[in-house]
Amino acid sequence: MSASVTTAPAAAGTALWERDAVLAVDHLTMRFGGLVAVNDLSFRAGRGDITALIGPNGAGKTTVFNCITGFYKPTEGMMTLRQEEGATYLLERLPGHSVNWKARVARTFQNIRLFTGMTVLENLLVAQHNKLMIASGFSVLGLLGIGPYRADEARAIEKAKYWLDKIGLTDRADDPAGDLPYGDQRRLEIARAMCTDPILLCLDEPAAGLNPRESNELNRLLLDIRRDQGTSLLLIEHDMSVVMEISDHVVVLDYGTKIADGTPGEIRDDPKVIAAYLGVEDDEVEKVEAEVGV
Amino acid sequence: MNAPHAMTAGTAAPATARYDWGAALKDASLAALVTLGLCIPIVLLRTDQGAGVDLLLRPRIGMVASFVAAVFAARLLHHVLLARRAGRPLVEQKAEVRTTPNAVPWAKMGLYAFMGVAMSFPLIVFLIQGGLSESRYWVDLGILVLTYVMLGWGLNIVVGLAGLLDLGYVAFYAVGAYSYALLSTTFGLSFWICLPLAGILAAFWGMLLGFPVLRLRGDYLAIVTLAFGEIIRLVLINWVDFSGGGAGISSIPRVTFFGVPFSADEGGFASLFGLTFSPMHRVIFLYYLILGLAFLTAFVTLRLRKLPVGRAWEALREDEIACRSLGINTTNTKLTAFATGAMFGGFAGSFFAVRQGFISPESFTFLESAVILAIVVLGGMGSQLGVAIAAIVMVAGPELLRNLGFLKAVFGESFDPNEFRFLIFGLGMVAMMIWRPRGLISEREPTAILKERRAISGSHVKEGHG
Amino acid sequence: MEVFVQQLINGLTLGSIYGLIAIGYTMVFGIIGMVNFAHGDVFMLSAFIALIVFLVLTTWLGVTSIALALLVVLICAMALTSLWGWATERIAYRPLRGSFRLAPLISAIGVSIFLANFVQVTQGARNKPTPPMVREVIVLWEGANGYAVALSYKQIIIMATTAVLLGIFWYLVQRTSLGRAQRACEQDRKMAALLGIDVDRTISLTFVIGAALAAVAGTMYLLYYGVVSFADGFVPGVKAFTAAVLGGIGSLPGAVLGGLIIGLIETFWSAYFSIEYKDVAAFSILAIVLIFMPSGLLGRPEVEKV
Repeated sequence: MSASVTTAPAAAGTALWERDAVLAVDHLTMRFGGLVAVNDLSFRAGRGDITALIGPNGAGKTTVFNCITGFYKPTEGMMTLRQEEGATYLLERLPGHSVNWKARVARTFQNIRLFTGMTVLENLLVAQHNKLMIASGFSVLGLLGIGPYRADEARAIEKAKYWLDKIGLTDRADDPAGDLPYGDQRRLEIARAMCTDPILLCLDEPAAGLNPRESNELNRLLLDIRRDQGTSLLLIEHDMSVVMEISDHVVVLDYGTKIADGTPGEIRDDPKVIAAYLGVEDDEVEKVEAEVGV
Repeated sequence: MNAPHAMTAGTAAPATARYDWGAALKDASLAALVTLGLCIPIVLLRTDQGAGVDLLLRPRIGMVASFVAAVFAARLLHHVLLARRAGRPLVEQKAEVRTTPNAVPWAKMGLYAFMGVAMSFPLIVFLIQGGLSESRYWVDLGILVLTYVMLGWGLNIVVGLAGLLDLGYVAFYAVGAYSYALLSTTFGLSFWICLPLAGILAAFWGMLLGFPVLRLRGDYLAIVTLAFGEIIRLVLINWVDFSGGGAGISSIPRVTFFGVPFSADEGGFASLFGLTFSPMHRVIFLYYLILGLAFLTAFVTLRLRKLPVGRAWEALREDEIACRSLGINTTNTKLTAFATGAMFGGFAGSFFAVRQGFISPESFTFLESAVILAIVVLGGMGSQLGVAIAAIVMVAGPELLRNLGFLKAVFGESFDPNEFRFLIFGLGMVAMMIWRPRGLISEREPTAILKERRAISGSHVKEGHG
Repeated sequence: MEVFVQQLINGLTLGSIYGLIAIGYTMVFGIIGMVNFAHGDVFMLSAFIALIVFLVLTTWLGVTSIALALLVVLICAMALTSLWGWATERIAYRPLRGSFRLAPLISAIGVSIFLANFVQVTQGARNKPTPPMVREVIVLWEGANGYAVALSYKQIIIMATTAVLLGIFWYLVQRTSLGRAQRACEQDRKMAALLGIDVDRTISLTFVIGAALAAVAGTMYLLYYGVVSFADGFVPGVKAFTAAVLGGIGSLPGAVLGGLIIGLIETFWSAYFSIEYKDVAAFSILAIVLIFMPSGLLGRPEVEKV
C-alpha cells in the first residue's frame, strides 16, 4: 500500500458521490435459499468516479455485480441508474440484456468470458450487435445487400480499431481471442465492454492474475477510459495497490453487509476494515494495527 | 491426430522402434474373447418362428467364429498400424497434431469445387452412361444426396452456428412436407406457392417449439427437441382425419416447370420446347430444383454469418452469459436460429413431398434426425464444405454399398447390404467421434478481417451449450 | 373403482420396469453427466438375451420348473448384458472422455442405432413371441358389474424381483466402497482421481450395474408382455429417461419414484383417455418436466454460475 492517494477527498459534508450518483443501490438484499449473500446494502457510485467494491472472499461482491448487471434478480432492494440526460432506469426491473442495451451498464467477468473461437476483432464487433442489427434492417436488408449496413459495419470496425489501439492489440486483431495471453485477454474483455458505449462499466477483479507491469498498464487504461469516455467505473478488486491508486471512493463489504464507505484514505485507516481483512476480533484490532504499522 | 484408442490405453507402446508384440497379441485375444462373450447368445442362436407359434433356435457357430476372427484381425491390424506410427520420429507426430493454418482458402476452393461438380453432375452422368434413361439411377442418387446436403446446411445453422443441439429437426422437414401435401391436395395450390408457405409454416413451428426450450441447456435441449419431433410424428400417425394417419397422403401433385407440366401430351414441357418426351426431364428438373434450394441455403447462411445476427449466433455458441452482458437479446437470437434452420427444413420437406408424390409419417422418424445431425457433426460444425462431404459419404456411401457384388460373393447370396446399412452407420458414428470428434473440417473462418485472413483452429471453437 | 385398482396394479408393475431402466440413466448421468442414449437399446438387447436363454432352457435342456428357468434366465441376462454395457462404455464412451462435449451424446446415438440394427440383423425384424411363462392369477375381488380385479403371479414376480434387486443395489451404492467411489466421482472426478480412486474402473462399474439392472427390466418385460422386437428399445428408453428426469436426474430413489409415476400415468392414460396417444403423453410429460422442473422431484436445483 505504498501508493499515495492521488484524488483529494471530497469536501466535508456530503460526499461528491452523494450529490451526483450514476448508480444508487438501496437496501439491496439477495438470498439463495437460506443463505444471505447480500444484506440490506446501500451505496452510491458517483458520476465520473472510480468506485471500488472491496471485501474479503465470499463477502458478496460478485453477487452485487450480478444483481446490478441483471444476472440475478435481487430478493429485495432497488438499483437506480441515472444517465446524464436524466433518463433513469430501475435495473432490477430490466430484462437481462436491456441492462446493457438500454441502461448502458457494461461488465467484465472474474473468470474471463471471451468468445475464444472468434477473432479479437469479431469479439469487438459482437459487442456492437444491437446497433449493427438495426443498421442491417434486422438482417433482412443486410441479406439483400441494401441499406446502410456496409457503412455502419465500417464504422464499427473503426471503433474496434480505436480500442485495439488503446489496448495495444492491433497486430493481433485477426487471431482467435483464445490464443491471447492472459493479460491481453483481460484488456480485450474491457475493450469489448467499452464497445457497447457504457456510462457505467463494472469490472470484476480486472487485475487478478496480472503481473505488476500489466497491473500498471491496466491502471492507466482505466484512468484513460474515465478521462476520454467519461465512463464511470465500478470495480471489485483484491489488489489494494490498484484500489488505492485509482479509486475515488471505496465501499467495503463483509458477510454481505457494508462495513465502511469513504475515500481510499478513510478506508485505509478504518479499524473495522482492517479487522475484516485480517479476521481478528474487535478488541485485538489495535494490537494488529500496531503490528502492521498503521 | 491424437485420438485415444479404445483398448490400448494400457498396452500402447511408447514411441520406440521396438513394439511389444506379445502384449499386442494378448490384447487382440482379449478383444476376441470379449467379442465371443458379446456374441453369446445373441449371434450364436437365432430365433425363428417354426411352423407353429413357438420359436425355434438355430445355432450359428460359423457366424460367431467369423465375428470373433474379424475382431481379432482388426485388433492386430490396429497394433500393426500403431507399431508403424511408433516407429516414426516424434517430430512428425507433432506435425500431425497441429491443424493447417491455410485450411480456409482450401475449404473455400473445396466448396466452389463441390458446387461446380454438383451443377454439372447430370451432364457428366449423361455422358458416362450414354443416355438419359440410363442415368436415371445416378440422378436420383444425386437428388437424394442434395436433399441431405440441404438438410445438413439447414441444421448447421442451429447446431453448428448457434450451438443449439436439435435432435428433432426432422419435425420441420415433416411440417414442410405435410404443408405442401395438404395445401396442394385440399386447396389445389401449386408447388411454387406452397414452397414459400411451407417454409413460413416450418419457421413458425420452429419458433413455437423453440420458445419453451430456450432456457434449457446441453443434453436436455437435445432430448426435448427429440420429444417434440416424436410428438409431431405420433400426432401425424394418430390424427387420421388431418394427415391420413399411418397410410399417409398419396397422389400429391407433381412438380411443374413453373406451371408447365412434365407430361407427354400437347402443352407439356417436352412439346413446348420441341423435345421428345422423356420422364427424365422431370427428374433432371427436380435435381436442379433441389440444387437451387441447397445453394440458397448455403448462400443465406454464408451471408448471415457476416451479418450481426450470424455473429451473435456464433457468440451465443461461445458464451451465452457474455452475450447477455453485451446487450444481446439471447432469446430472440436463439429463436431466429431455430426459425431460420426450420425454414430450410420446411423447404426441403416440401421438395421431398413433390418429388415422392407420397408421404407418410414413416419418413420422419428419429433416425432421420440422427442422420442429419450426424452429417452436421461429422462434417464439422459450421463448415459448409464439411457438411456437403459428410452428406455424400453418409447418404451415397451406403447406397453404393448396395451394389457391391463381391460382398454377396463373400457373405453368400442371401446377403443384403441394405440390412447392414444402419449397422455400419451406427458404428461409423462412433468411429467418427473417436477419430475426429470435431468433424472433418473443424477450422472456423473469421467473419471480419482487419488485415490478414487466418483460420481459427477447431480447438478454440466451443461447441455451445446445447 | 375396480378398474381403478386394476390400473393401479398394472401401473405399478410397468413402473417397476421403467424404474429399473431409469436407474441406468440416472447413474450414468450422475457420474459423467451424459445421457446414455443407448441405454434403452441395451434394455432391448437384454430382453433378447433373456428370450434366447429361456428357449435354450426349456426346449433344449428340458427344464420344466418355471421358477428355476426364470432364475437362470435372470442371472444369464444380467451377466451377458453387463458385458455389453462394459464393452460399449469401453469402446464408445471412454475414448471420448474430456473430448468435445457433444461427442459422447452423438457416440451414444451411434451405439443406439448400432444395437437396434445389430439385433435386427442377427435375430430378424419380426416380433418374437414366447409362450406365456406364468399364467396364474389371483382374483382379489369381483365387482358388482362382474369386473374382477386380478393380481397375476407375474406381476407379483416383477414387483418382488424389482424390490429385492433394488434393495441389493441400494446397499451396494450406500454401504460399499464402490458406492463411495461412485459418489466421489459424481462430485469431483479429478479430485477423486487424485485421492487414488480408479475413476475409469468406477465409471465402468457404473455402466455394468446400469446394464445389469436394465437386464432385470428386460427379463421382466419379456415375462410381462411375452413378446419383444428389435425396435422395443427406443420408446421404453425414452419413458425411463423421462422417469429419471421426473425423479430428479442423479437421484436413485428419484429414478424409482419417477418410474412408478410414469408407469401409473401411462396405464391410467390408456385406460381413461386414449391408448393411441399414450406415447404422445409420455413425450409430452418429458418435455414439460424438462422445461418446467428440470431438477425433478428429488433432484437438487442448479444455480446458474456467472
